[in-house]
Amino acid sequence: MIGKCAITLAIAALAVAMLSTTALAERGRDGQLKILYWQAVSTVNPYLSGGTKDIEAASLVLEPLARYDETGTMTPALAADIPTVENGGVAADLMSITWPLRQDIVWSDGTPFTAADVVFSAEYCLNEEMGCNPLSSFTDVTKVEALDDHTVRINFGVAKPFPYGPFVGSTSPILQKAQFETCTGAKAQTCTEQNFRPIGTGPFKVDEFRANDVIIFSANENYREPDKPAFATVTFKGGGDATSAARAVLSTGEFDYAWNLQIEPEVLEQMVANGKGQVVAGFGTMVERLVVNQTNNSPDLSKDKRSLHLDGTNPHPFLSDPAVSRALSLAIDRQILVDFGYGAAGQATCNVLPAPPVYASNANDACMTQNIEEANRILDEAGWLPGDDGVRERDGVRLSILYQTSTNSVRQGTQALIKQMWGQIGVETELRNIDAAVFFGGDPASPDTYMKFYADIQMYTNNFDGVDPEAYMANWRCSEIPGPENQWLGGNIARACNAEYDALAAEMAVTASLDERAAIGKRMNDIIVQNQYVIPLIWRARVSAHANTLKGVRVNPWDSELWNIADWHR
Amino acid sequence: MPAAQSSDLTAPSRGLQRHRSLWMDVWLAFRNHTGALVGAGVFIAISLAVALGPLIHTVDPHYLDILAKNEGPSLKHPMGTDNLGRDTLAQVLAGGRISLAVGFTAMMIALVLGTLVGVLAGYFRQIDGLLMRLTDMFLALPLLPLLLVVIMLFRDSLRAAFGPETGIFLLVVFIIGITSWMQTARIVRGDVLALREREFVTAARSIGTRRRRIITRHILPNVLSPIMVSATLGIANAIITESALSFLGLGFPPDFPTWGRLLFDGANFISVTPERVLWPGLAISLTVLSVNYIGDGLRDALDPRLRGA
Repeated sequence: MIGKCAITLAIAALAVAMLSTTALAERGRDGQLKILYWQAVSTVNPYLSGGTKDIEAASLVLEPLARYDETGTMTPALAADIPTVENGGVAADLMSITWPLRQDIVWSDGTPFTAADVVFSAEYCLNEEMGCNPLSSFTDVTKVEALDDHTVRINFGVAKPFPYGPFVGSTSPILQKAQFETCTGAKAQTCTEQNFRPIGTGPFKVDEFRANDVIIFSANENYREPDKPAFATVTFKGGGDATSAARAVLSTGEFDYAWNLQIEPEVLEQMVANGKGQVVAGFGTMVERLVVNQTNNSPDLSKDKRSLHLDGTNPHPFLSDPAVSRALSLAIDRQILVDFGYGAAGQATCNVLPAPPVYASNANDACMTQNIEEANRILDEAGWLPGDDGVRERDGVRLSILYQTSTNSVRQGTQALIKQMWGQIGVETELRNIDAAVFFGGDPASPDTYMKFYADIQMYTNNFDGVDPEAYMANWRCSEIPGPENQWLGGNIARACNAEYDALAAEMAVTASLDERAAIGKRMNDIIVQNQYVIPLIWRARVSAHANTLKGVRVNPWDSELWNIADWHR
Repeated sequence: MPAAQSSDLTAPSRGLQRHRSLWMDVWLAFRNHTGALVGAGVFIAISLAVALGPLIHTVDPHYLDILAKNEGPSLKHPMGTDNLGRDTLAQVLAGGRISLAVGFTAMMIALVLGTLVGVLAGYFRQIDGLLMRLTDMFLALPLLPLLLVVIMLFRDSLRAAFGPETGIFLLVVFIIGITSWMQTARIVRGDVLALREREFVTAARSIGTRRRRIITRHILPNVLSPIMVSATLGIANAIITESALSFLGLGFPPDFPTWGRLLFDGANFISVTPERVLWPGLAISLTVLSVNYIGDGLRDALDPRLRGA
């Protein structure tokens, strides 16, 4: 620890010394900034990782053409302007978008930033051998070409009503061609120097990278605004858990900023009472939801039948009955769940698509109030009658649910509450929790992943980057049902297949007007919710904590939380 | 358990015309060990409390009363409530049943396995190498990946056969037992190796005593003290391993209280409701400590040199 501090201090001193010689008195005036991400960073190249922690760490160094601010509005970063149909940047036939680039940008090594870097970054990701993570941002891109040194045109194979996929937001930033040129395709994963110390245009550059432990950044002396960033160095530490991270900022003051704090509200309140820091929350598109398995997942079934859709020939013995899943949704008092586990960081919701506001449907608001009598009536009417032990059954099928989620004290508490609520309508629940690394790990050989879904109901949070829900809503199409043919990578975890829904998804992909897109989005949301493929519970905010001495933090649910770190100061 | 063995073990002492049996001697020595007596008292008290407590304090440990969350100690909830409004005392009592049952059963499995392997390896030179390499292999096995594989393979079938709670109980007990017998085996083997060359064993062999009789009559009683000590340590170890398993989501369902899980769940609330950590923590510490003292006293009492007989 002492050694680490000594190194940090030495680097800070060095950086300050260097800056003073370059006569930039303002930059680096506030010394060191300490950030704690309780999931440690494993790479600084967002093209190779889907982890939020990696993408956000990289956002200190690498920048996209445009990013989203805290209201979800697109603002130019490396681009000079946002292209639209009105200003002629987006072609009238929606087949291409032309980005004008800023001319005053240099990389942290002093070389100029040009259109060639943008073209290279697209080729880097589109290389099929590479396994590019944000590939979905590049859907339908046919060619990226440099019109001149500071103009780039992205061509699409189909009309793209929302052409802001590539290079917008921190998931797909611009890499330096000179640095990554020798490092494409299958070799991408092996280039540690490039992936751990990318040269960027952002306010900071990587000084030292220790995988899964700590990154030390120092101010980029070539950053475009001469008086920014205010901090000379950033120590970006990883590891621990959400509670200890919150404590490090709010109780002990060891760190200035901590991220992703899913902690019981009373614990957080107690920490805030120490007066060292504050909690900030931003509502984006995160929804904690119950996913209802539409397929039979009985352990008696063989591996090639269990939890597989098989074109609808393998329905769930009782959850495919809409009466049951409707009753389950009605029996839940969402406000209790919010008060217990989220406080100000959550709101009860009945939508899987709660934001941006134009997309938020209000057709399902009836579910906001718990209604046990109505739920019981629905089950009685459908012929599910209480047996000797109080558990409802019909034709020998008992309403007994295996309900799984990842290990996290808020989720286990939510499970216990929902179990008791379902107990009141004669539904028996068995709870299971699985280590998050396994549950979200995606190992196709493990039976415990959320994609395999060897349970009746599971709970987790999902969201989408940016403000356009087209790609996200397309997840519930029939073709997205996970199975061995797609390595369980499909996004339709509930395994629901609805022809009307598929038609709407196809319609959205060719609709340009925002109003019409919003209407389609709402209709798609209503289909998912009213058929109870998904039971939405809580609209969750991104919750972070920062020290009172740290100013300029604007928590952003639409992009990297560190999007405006250049403006942070003491 | 002692009663069954005592008739067997007292047989030779009767031949020597002694007026006290071996177990009487042991008891007299044990009685003089204050720590052991207090330990035994505490352990019996805890066992009785978890066995009979739920009959007196009849609150359902699973019932959530969200309006009464994070309450301090009161007459209705002597140890307060957790952040879901569950009664902490009821949970500690219910959790103690599971934790003690897991600790005791897993310890028995480990003990039987460890003693068997240790005695066989120490007494029969032909299989010594094989058994000790097997022990080394188990010691070298990384516990966590092994657990993941075992849980993955057997959870669903056990759950189907015995229900979620009994099935997981069997699985947890089996896993802890199967991964904690090695130390016992090594210690027992060392003692047996020394004992089998002693004069009384040679004498027994020379008059034609069968090997099974030599082991049960002459070897086993003499290695009883290390076995007893590892048994007591084993209980403590099993309780702690179970809590680690529950924490990783490999153990019991999350709403199923055990001392380890209560402690882990309560850790974040240490500043809000300290009782949630205090009581299960105290229960684990007291149980482990008292069992260790009992083991300590038993070892002294079983060692003829220390007993002064």
